[in-house]
Amino acid sequence: MRYSGFKVFTEGLFGNSGWKPAWRDPAPKAEYDILIIGGGGHGLATAYYLAKNHGLRNIAVLEKGYLGGGNVGRNTTIVRANYFLPGNSEFYSHSLKLWEKLEGELNYNVMHSQRGQLILAHSDGQRDALARRGNAIVNQGDDAELWSLDQVRDFAPYLDFEQTRFPIYGGLMQRRAGTARHDAVAWGYARGADRLGVDLIQNCEVTGIDIENGRVTGVQTTRGAIKARKVGMVVAGRSSQVAAMAGMRLPIESHVLQAFVTEGLKPVIDSVISFGMGHFYISQSDKGGLVFGGDLDFYASYAARGNLPMLEHVMEAAMTLMPMIGRAKILRGWGGIMDMTPDGSPIIDKAPVEGLFVDAGWNYGGFKATPASGWCMAHLMATGEPHEVARRFRLDRFRTGHVLDEEGTGSQHNLH
Amino acid sequence: MRIPCPLCGPRDRREFTYYGSDDYLNRPAPDAGAGPWDDHLHLRANPAGETHDLWYHEAGCAQWLRVHRNTVSHEIYGAALVAGLKGGAQ
Repeated sequence: MRYSGFKVFTEGLFGNSGWKPAWRDPAPKAEYDILIIGGGGHGLATAYYLAKNHGLRNIAVLEKGYLGGGNVGRNTTIVRANYFLPGNSEFYSHSLKLWEKLEGELNYNVMHSQRGQLILAHSDGQRDALARRGNAIVNQGDDAELWSLDQVRDFAPYLDFEQTRFPIYGGLMQRRAGTARHDAVAWGYARGADRLGVDLIQNCEVTGIDIENGRVTGVQTTRGAIKARKVGMVVAGRSSQVAAMAGMRLPIESHVLQAFVTEGLKPVIDSVISFGMGHFYISQSDKGGLVFGGDLDFYASYAARGNLPMLEHVMEAAMTLMPMIGRAKILRGWGGIMDMTPDGSPIIDKAPVEGLFVDAGWNYGGFKATPASGWCMAHLMATGEPHEVARRFRLDRFRTGHVLDEEGTGSQHNLH
Repeated sequence: MRIPCPLCGPRDRREFTYYGSDDYLNRPAPDAGAGPWDDHLHLRANPAGETHDLWYHEAGCAQWLRVHRNTVSHEIYGAALVAGLKGGAQ
């Protein structure tokens, strides 16, 4: 079924009785050519692009819960391509270009809204760093504008410009950045993959990875053994556990990142705004809720909920930046489990086991990477060669020293 | 979250700075080569459940602690001074 405005109209005339499930619910077959472990955004995108770009058909996605029930539904939905380092820059640039065509590509409304992202500077040094970052982004072929204080004031008059502790010196605006409906991205890829013949198997937890003579031969699951020649682990948040089934230790420590949303308000913040001093960022959802978050809780955690000190810190940052939101009521807060790597950059690479592939370590940058992660992981699994824009996301880069430390904060998992 | 410091008693999590897994205590020899050093600095078992990791009581006794806790429930079972442990300062 193709979705369109006309279809919505005609269904409205007949009581919306003609809609069909967006994907099948198949039982697992005994054997596939390719298995993707993980039915989140990246796993579903990988399966979609394996079918779409590489013409492969005998593919299954194994999801232990329900599709899109993990981090793809727990993030703050920001899409941007304002990275500095070669290796990251071209990858996120590629991703943003895919985002811009995603809705047409999938025939699915992911509510991608290029409302812009403004990063604020609060010192001369920070403004210089933003100018340098902006130049790198422009050289990469993407957009960035260095804004003066007056431009920031015109754009967002509700920020607190009168304070002396964190005065605002200007900012860096990327107009092509924005937000998207996170669940819809997972659903859109799921529907697209299903229509290309991919089996999406839910409530199917992988409990073991079968390896014979250094080659992967399949997996054990709660719904029986499934054979396959190639297996992709796309399980950010649980990467270490799944990799351990293949005898691997990954350069990953899991941390919890909290986010919060207020009750629905009238439109007030019409872009994404990042506070350069407190690692605080905020946007407003189409439903009206202010969606915001801050730093990690800084200790290893799988709890999917945070602690109060970081909640307090985020609220303080919010009040410092924009006191007007102080009277908005917090509706809820939650935590997502982040695969933190020692340099803050992801991994898309072959595993030491033949036929096994790793897509992991997304830190807190995974949502915007969804299309390009799927695109590049599919390329790697289909051709055996890394995609040009993801070739630096190597598993062994810490041992060889080819790290991608975007923030320059050093080799410790919780510092990125 | 409160951490039971052996010297100061149960103290708020905000008094502590987190470092990471107690893998950091198993320091290889300087000439051990890239493999063991990569393992020491970067690779982690990263358990979902019970773990031992290192915390610095920055706003208290300024001692390093090896904390036994649970990464899923945030329960804390105990803490010991790193000083005197194998790999810790003597």
